[in-house]
Amino acid sequence: MDARLPPMIKDSALTALVAAALGVFIVGFKTIDVGTGGPVFDYQLVDLAIAVVTIFFGRLGLQLASVGLKWPAFVLGIALGAVGAAPLKLPSTFLHWFIVLAGIVIILRTIWPWANEAMAKARHSPRGANYGRNFVKFFGAGLLVAAVLMPFMPFADQKTMDLAVLILTYVMLGWGLNIVVGLAGLLDLGYVAFYAVGAYAYALLSTQHGLGFWTVLPLAGMMAAAFGLVLGFPVLRLRGDYLAIVTLGFGEIIRLVLLNWVDLSNGPAGIGGIPGPTLFGAVFAETAPAGKTTFAEMAGIPFSANQRLIYLYYIILLLALVTNLFTQRVRRLPVGRAWEALREDETACKALGINPTNTKLTAFTVGAMFAGFAGSFFAAKQRFISPESFTFIESAIILAIVVLGGMGSQIGVVLAAVLLIGLPEWFRDLGAYRMVVFGLAMVLIMAFRPRGLIAHREPSVRLHPVRAGP
Amino acid sequence: MAYFSQQLINALTLGSIYALIAIGYTMVYGIIGMINFAHGEVFMIGGFISLIGFMICAALGISAVPVAIVLVLLLAMAFTAVYGWTIERVAYRPLRGSFRLAPLISAIGVSILLQNYVQLAQGARPKAGGQIVEGGYTLFSADGFDVRVTWLQITIWVVTVALMAGFSWLIAATPLGRQQRACEQDMKMASLLGVNVDRTISLTFVMGAALAAVAGMMFLMYYGVVDFFIGFLAGIKAFTAAVLGGIGSLPGAMLGGLLIGLIEVFWAGYFSSEYKDVAAFAILVLVLIFRPSGLLGKPEIEKV
Amino acid sequence: MTPSREEGAALIEVEHLTMRFGGLVAVDDVSFSARPREITAIIGPNGAGKTTVFNCITGFYKPTIGRLTLHGEPDYLLERMLGHEIGQKARVARTFQNIRLFPGMTVLENLLVAQHNKLMRASGMSVFGLLGLARYRIAEAAAIDKARVWLERIRLLADADRPAGELPYGAQRRLEIARAMCTDPRLLCLDEPAAGLNPRESAELNDLLVSIRDLDGVGVLLIEHDMSVVMTISNHVVVLDYGRKIAEGNPQEIRNDPAVIRAYLGTEGDADA
Repeated sequence: MDARLPPMIKDSALTALVAAALGVFIVGFKTIDVGTGGPVFDYQLVDLAIAVVTIFFGRLGLQLASVGLKWPAFVLGIALGAVGAAPLKLPSTFLHWFIVLAGIVIILRTIWPWANEAMAKARHSPRGANYGRNFVKFFGAGLLVAAVLMPFMPFADQKTMDLAVLILTYVMLGWGLNIVVGLAGLLDLGYVAFYAVGAYAYALLSTQHGLGFWTVLPLAGMMAAAFGLVLGFPVLRLRGDYLAIVTLGFGEIIRLVLLNWVDLSNGPAGIGGIPGPTLFGAVFAETAPAGKTTFAEMAGIPFSANQRLIYLYYIILLLALVTNLFTQRVRRLPVGRAWEALREDETACKALGINPTNTKLTAFTVGAMFAGFAGSFFAAKQRFISPESFTFIESAIILAIVVLGGMGSQIGVVLAAVLLIGLPEWFRDLGAYRMVVFGLAMVLIMAFRPRGLIAHREPSVRLHPVRAGP
Repeated sequence: MAYFSQQLINALTLGSIYALIAIGYTMVYGIIGMINFAHGEVFMIGGFISLIGFMICAALGISAVPVAIVLVLLLAMAFTAVYGWTIERVAYRPLRGSFRLAPLISAIGVSILLQNYVQLAQGARPKAGGQIVEGGYTLFSADGFDVRVTWLQITIWVVTVALMAGFSWLIAATPLGRQQRACEQDMKMASLLGVNVDRTISLTFVMGAALAAVAGMMFLMYYGVVDFFIGFLAGIKAFTAAVLGGIGSLPGAMLGGLLIGLIEVFWAGYFSSEYKDVAAFAILVLVLIFRPSGLLGKPEIEKV
Repeated sequence: MTPSREEGAALIEVEHLTMRFGGLVAVDDVSFSARPREITAIIGPNGAGKTTVFNCITGFYKPTIGRLTLHGEPDYLLERMLGHEIGQKARVARTFQNIRLFPGMTVLENLLVAQHNKLMRASGMSVFGLLGLARYRIAEAAAIDKARVWLERIRLLADADRPAGELPYGAQRRLEIARAMCTDPRLLCLDEPAAGLNPRESAELNDLLVSIRDLDGVGVLLIEHDMSVVMTISNHVVVLDYGRKIAEGNPQEIRNDPAVIRAYLGTEGDADA
């Protein structure tokens, strides 16, 4: 027997013990409500025991892999995978998944050193670096073409289009927040507040003053930007973590005001009957209200419910692309470089004569503006908004997209949005675990890949042109 | 006067709970300079473990209330402490030396993770724990209004005061406390002098979590109900308390907790209960803007 | 005290500078001046208050007492200015004891960030830049040319597109100086630029500093432990000990000053380790 084995077993047993201690009450005793006599238990101690045993073997596998005992680790991983996939009568499907996942993690850990080395080699060869750069470029272009053509694809039914619009909304929000968090390095935990300002601006101006979507859109952006400016001004001199908490506070204050200032916002009941966006004055509905024409009449084609959705899709695609284009351009301007410099070292910026507060304020305000645009789109799409939609969790989701994608990486945000918003929608069963996965992903990304899935940073300017690939 | 007195009693109770949570924030901040964003969730888990503990006591037929309280208190402290330990070990320790926002982002991740884990495991509905300590004592009556202090409130005060006294002693007079203060001053130096920094930081999280568990139990007994979301607001308010008192300062956290309790209860009692949470957030924002070192904290000097 | 220097020609004048942190007096009634086209060194044992003087001059600390005048058209009272204004308006640039580059940005980008205020004006507060107007493009090309010149001078031209954080230590030191110079300073404050350099790099640094003085005509204020650097290139030396000025003069005078010898004897070895 290998002398390294006993300490590993001991460590794994300790891990399992800790897991058992963590789970014994929260998982082991599930409180259920029966009648009025208060809750009683639904015992899940067997589930817990199986999970703890899995954790023991999982940890053991990781340890084996980390000391280089590849084959035992690999076999253990396969074995766990097989046990999880086997048609055993476990108390819940979750446990099957859990065991399979443990196996997969061990296998990944086992092949990681090899994969990592290969990737590092590829990254450091000039050819590999070029390849990476081109990959990002072509992947982006391909994605753009796919996005433009998407509504005409045979699989683009209503459900798919709905999801596509949702994902694009988050892509836009992610890109907007990326200016603040990714470029300027300001952790804004209240981003959703500006989204709310944009949404309520459109909802109120359209329902009470009859203004159209395209009129309100710039106004909503400006209002959100004004909020950003006013809220940002006093707080942007604060240190990073204090700033995060203060923005969180602002986000909650705005939500609570919307909830309680019933005269303005109709409180928790929300605002309904918000008109959708029009195209050259034509509405997207089966029958037009008096004095308007429908899009179907105008275009001389039969009405279908999908038309509205496709139109919304292109609007949000356009808005998102504008956000992206803006970011790409501004990165090459002095203000964009100053944002990145501030993220890297604020003290050095001050020494170079850069006004940190003003520079941060521009990032904060511009980010808020894009959230405002996205907000009014959201209101026009949903046709009903209430403070429910603008909770802290929403801010956290957008932040998770930015962090997971790689702060400052535009394509990373797209990938992360697809991963975090798209996948859970496709696999409905995962829905309940979605937020758990979000949280876990944020922790793991910070620990193992703090620069996100796409860590590549393209310089904003080059002195020497990139050599063409061989 | 009577209404005022009653509000004061209620405020002190609520303030005690906030103070217990605030200590966790302030200690962690003091030692590693990060906001443990997940601390509110630790409090929530403490509340749940207490709820389940009380139910187990009931199922086992332990009917003596003081016995049940002490048992559950120890149970909740011990098992919530494991959460505190694990969070530090898994989510924060690997990030020491990473870029400055990394631990905060990780902490937000932990917070989301714990909230939803409890929601998955225990359901989204609020869980009622029932009345555990009943009865009270009418202090005086005026204007046709009885000013009452319940046994429960007295229990909360006694437990809070006892814990804080014990805790202050721990920090002031034990080797552990000394090591902790050494790490606060200069982690590198402390480690050169033979202080086990990792262990000290772990213990800080463990102690913070144990106190949060007590707060969770008090919350459960006081409001009779817990749900997976209580950690968010209580966490923010306790953090506000820590900042108001001066983050990094233990007496500051206690003072801040009491003040936040007072402000919240009186705001709700005299102005509007709708905006009581706005008041807490507004204080947070105002303190950070105008006096980031709080009431009892020391101002920081930027090192260049 | 300084008979060899006539008054009036000073670039920066430090008068009665005192900085207290709580009960600690880090700098105690220090007065000196530095002239344009000269290298003025501030030396002294560790903890003598040298960096604190720098931090007061460059606006990171607000002095408790004292006046810091940068002479020019107009004169600037530095103690009344915000941190970034000192770089922007009074044109005082600095480097840091522990190098503070923007490590994730490329070498060239570091030098462009230093020209921020100029470029910002040219980009019409970003509006012209966003529209892609020629005016900004011309300004940017000029900024890149300036950066190129500096990259040649510090021999980092080939590394222009590498992240600054990947450079070797000595190159990072040079880059930080070039970055400071790209702000078009009138006074350049260098906090231990030779720290951690090998003798060859140190000699190179001397040449660079001399060229900055003679070619660019910039006044240099230098904190340095490395006596070979100080004695070779400085025109004027100010010695601090325990926050007080104990001597001032040209390198020759300082070398023979009994107070300086007293302050350094026995402390030199461990302080400079």
